[in-house]
Amino acid sequence: MRGTLITIAGGALLLASPAVAQPAGPTGRAMAQTCYVCHGPAGRSAPPIPIIARVPADILRTRMIEFKTEQRPSTVMARIAKGYSDEQITAISDYLGSLK
Amino acid sequence: MKATRRAALRGAAAAGLATLAMPWIARAAAGSVVVIGAGFGGATAARYLKAASPALDVTLIERETSILTCPFSNGVIAGYNTMADITRSLDGVRAAGVRIVAGEAMAVDTAARSVRLADGTQLTYDRLVVSPGIELNHEALPGYSAAAAEILPHAWKAGPQTLLLRSQLEAMPDGGTFIVVAPANPFRCPPGPYERVSLVASYFKARKPKSKILVLDAKDAFSKQGLFQAAWESEFPGMITWISAKDGGKVEKVDAQARTVTSGFGTEKGDVINVIPPQRAGAIAVAAGLTAENGWCPVDPITFASTKAQNVHVVGDSSVAGAMPKSGSSANAQAKVAAAAIIANLEGRPPAMPALFNICYSLVNPNYGISVADVYQATPDKGIVPTPNAGGVSVARPTGQNERTLEALYAVAWYRNISADTWG
Repeated sequence: MRGTLITIAGGALLLASPAVAQPAGPTGRAMAQTCYVCHGPAGRSAPPIPIIARVPADILRTRMIEFKTEQRPSTVMARIAKGYSDEQITAISDYLGSLK
Repeated sequence: MKATRRAALRGAAAAGLATLAMPWIARAAAGSVVVIGAGFGGATAARYLKAASPALDVTLIERETSILTCPFSNGVIAGYNTMADITRSLDGVRAAGVRIVAGEAMAVDTAARSVRLADGTQLTYDRLVVSPGIELNHEALPGYSAAAAEILPHAWKAGPQTLLLRSQLEAMPDGGTFIVVAPANPFRCPPGPYERVSLVASYFKARKPKSKILVLDAKDAFSKQGLFQAAWESEFPGMITWISAKDGGKVEKVDAQARTVTSGFGTEKGDVINVIPPQRAGAIAVAAGLTAENGWCPVDPITFASTKAQNVHVVGDSSVAGAMPKSGSSANAQAKVAAAAIIANLEGRPPAMPALFNICYSLVNPNYGISVADVYQATPDKGIVPTPNAGGVSVARPTGQNERTLEALYAVAWYRNISADTWG
């Protein structure tokens, strides 16, 4: 199945190729789910670790970039944020910001 | 093949035909997944499988009625936490729609795709997740055994052993010697022995200040070493002596009746002796044929699929996960990767790249926390490696924002949050 062309009614072509079907790195959802180990399921954290659920994506993104560039003090978040590209930070923030 | 495919796609895209959001034939993930072990890895896998794909029939096999976590068990040993603090109910897993089967998995027939329990029950699966944690390899240390562990506790699986070590430390007179025998890598919870030493030292400082702690190590270096040793010097001056392997710290034999341990350093008598023996993958992983000669389970770094058997994934301490330590955080992250890979596979999609992360908090005392954290990348050739120029340990010197105090608070919140993410 993987990597094969599939013809469906109407002649449209669907492709199950990793190079097309997904980005090179992990999805925003998958990366966001690693946050839950400290920030709780779906980001609904117990205090004093900050809640990252129901926070707008642009705020999350700005915070993460500030941690990454050490413009915002942190204990551990600078070490973590430096592990992600700006694009990955955007993907994580967009996913978390989209959670209801 | 690839060129043909791409050319075909370009042609299709040019014609405006291949712009669907899901470029595969989607089918809902259906079928049955059996998970062995309800610890950090297994419970997370079960809940994430069911949450992402409610049509899946997910069964979780666990021999205990509730889970006792190793995180914060050092707090019990030092008298700062209770067994209730480290007990996690499986009710939240059940409430998520996971069927829990009480029993012990004894054998796996990977050809027939079935698991046999101790009571003879057979469970068949489409996909299997194995997350049994560690087995203690008592026999690897001459003189040590399950019987000897009743005198020289390991306390490396939370439970009666935790309470045994606690009671021995409580009974120890002030001025006594506590010996910790630490194993070579790899083992469960790399900072764990040193957190234990710290918290027991904190207890001694308050209640038995003339006591000494001797750590005999089979390694020359250990997790968060600089942070731990600086804390030992500032918080417990003169109390703790750590002997590395090269200085004779590797223990060659123990004598439970005499309460002695023998290393290149000589034979030492302890009032209380904690022997943390070498470890290997859980017994069911061995029985299922999932282990390599080194006693651990090799896996594909992208999906955590066993390289020893089809349709089987191994997560948590039993797996060989490259640079990731054997920790509850690692197991939680790996379980999500395996769950996503299983669902993708059942839906006929290729696996996505995994997102892997670990954090380990340790307490030096209840108000003094330190951490190590890393983001990881999985590569088909190099396996799982830390993302460069990121991660690492807490600052060497705390600043005005009191990192040690904050991280002690975060350690407690981490425990609550990972517990909620794992068991609901």
